[in-house]
Amino acid sequence: MAALIQLRNLAKIYQSGDSEFAALHDVNLTIDRGDFVAITGSSGSGKSTLMNLLGCLDSPSRGSYLLAGRDVAQLSRVELAKVRNEFIGFVFQNFNLLSRTTALENVELPLIYAKVPPAERHVRAREALERVGLGHRAGHTPSQLSGGQQQRVAIARALVTRPPLILADEPTGNLDSATSSEIMKLLTELQHSGMTILFVTHEPDIAAYAARKLVLKDGAVISDERQQPILAAAS
Amino acid sequence: MISIGETLRLAGRALRRNKMRSFLTTLGIIIGVGAVIFIQSIGEGAKSRVRAQIESAGTNIVMLFSGASQGPGGRGGWGSQPTITWEDLRAIQTELPSVRAVAPQINSQQPVISETNTWNTQITGTTPDYFIIRNWPVADGALFTASDQATAAKNAVIGQTAAENLFGPGVDPIGQIIRIRDAPFTIVGVLERKGQNAMGTDQDDCIFIPLSAFQTRMQRGLGKFVPGRISISAVSPEAIPRVRQEVQQLLRERHRLGPDDEDDFSTSSMAEMTSMLTSTQDTMTLLLSAIALVSLVVGGIGVMNIMLVSVTERTREIGIRMAVGAQPTDIMMQFLVEALVLSAIGGALGVIFGVGLGQVIAPKFGWTMETKTQIVFISLAVSAGVGILFGLYPARKASKLDPIEALRYE
Repeated sequence: MAALIQLRNLAKIYQSGDSEFAALHDVNLTIDRGDFVAITGSSGSGKSTLMNLLGCLDSPSRGSYLLAGRDVAQLSRVELAKVRNEFIGFVFQNFNLLSRTTALENVELPLIYAKVPPAERHVRAREALERVGLGHRAGHTPSQLSGGQQQRVAIARALVTRPPLILADEPTGNLDSATSSEIMKLLTELQHSGMTILFVTHEPDIAAYAARKLVLKDGAVISDERQQPILAAAS
Repeated sequence: MISIGETLRLAGRALRRNKMRSFLTTLGIIIGVGAVIFIQSIGEGAKSRVRAQIESAGTNIVMLFSGASQGPGGRGGWGSQPTITWEDLRAIQTELPSVRAVAPQINSQQPVISETNTWNTQITGTTPDYFIIRNWPVADGALFTASDQATAAKNAVIGQTAAENLFGPGVDPIGQIIRIRDAPFTIVGVLERKGQNAMGTDQDDCIFIPLSAFQTRMQRGLGKFVPGRISISAVSPEAIPRVRQEVQQLLRERHRLGPDDEDDFSTSSMAEMTSMLTSTQDTMTLLLSAIALVSLVVGGIGVMNIMLVSVTERTREIGIRMAVGAQPTDIMMQFLVEALVLSAIGGALGVIFGVGLGQVIAPKFGWTMETKTQIVFISLAVSAGVGILFGLYPARKASKLDPIEALRYE
């Protein structure tokens, strides 16, 4: 399998006055296309920093980050925005949907910035909503949807641009266990359809859905193991 | 960057979401633009009315007054000491090539008695030429004639306002007898309505009688000097400066004034009065417009204020948009276009408001409205400019947000 993500000596150092704090130091990591990776670790371990760097929301202090063969470590804000739009779909713990905006319009959002014409946008957004099982809720605003439904809308938004990579930051953190397993099932299905999925979690039973588990501590990867995901491929 | 159409759509939606706030924000712009439009329209209307009124007095007119134009205490002394004689008048009439007609006017405010009413009005003794100079025909009846003038006939021509007050509405004044200082005069003609003059006096509240009758009935005898103003009409509007020069030369000669002596008379043309009066109007309009412009700027600050609040409120939205691929320029344009749309809508409503206000208020005060298309476009451009100017700072602030911070914002 070709590598989608290659991190070489990636570090993020925050400076306050004279003291330096390395939120992440010298991470070397390769993630293949189609992998299903859980990132775990206690709070302050550098999970969020790693996710922000992987998601091109932030730039590393040192090191290189090859995303689909392209070095994105030192790109400008404008170029990073393009990379996020084209290559990455985000799913957040608190859903981060636009309030008072319908599910369909929320899902269309990345396509607006991808300059997809309106007619095609509607079709693709509707398809994405149907894929997460919310075709019948397209006209509802987030406040009219349950937490699980909101997260499904967020997942539809993440996959509507057909990005190779989906980054989920505690995707089940605000959901009950039944809804959590539905969301994880949905992510597993997406992975089976060929997408690469990385998610951060601190719950072991959620991490169990992944095929590979990374453990971070004090800004470094201390464990990297392959595991049998609890939902096996349909084949 | 995404297209302007897309950005406009986004802005429209965001503004509709907070209808009341959007309206209140634009209110500042509406009032500012409205005030500019209103003041400019009233000013322009007043100016063109002054121009029309002055022109209604007759375009080729040069007024001649006794007394120096430049006294020791400054300008003044029009007619304060009569210096122009009846002989001078005849000389002007006969000797100057650029003069078409000359008519003296001697005025007196007198109570006039009709069969039913008494009315205090302006009695003017003049010659038939006066009506030619002033371009003032009768609406009904006839003017008094040269033979009336020669015989001091007790015939009178009456203005519409005086006629209404003396005879009441619906009564034909022609043939009616009025008494001025106990002398009976017969109304032979009613003048066309002239309206107010540039100074705001009603030109139709008047009665004209032959100069000769005025002199015999009211002034008792012939003085050496002309005790009133003299209207001179030039052969053409272009001849006005020539007329003034010729009159000056002639009168200086006739009054035997040395080279160092000042004129003991003065002339003024309507063109001079027009430019004097309209320039006063212009200054007033400019001053008031400047005040109105200040309120437009205050409106712009209101827009900036609300946009800053909006950026803070929507920090998370900005974070979400950035996360899914909005570029800093997209975010900046979104907020800039919002401010621009607010101001442009405010400007358009302001134009409607200003014109509407004028339509309501102007008739109540007897003002005239004249809205120039030019001013409308300038106002719209200025309000759009205000939107861009005051929207820029909040929009830049939004575009510089860090997506990670913005996503975390509660």
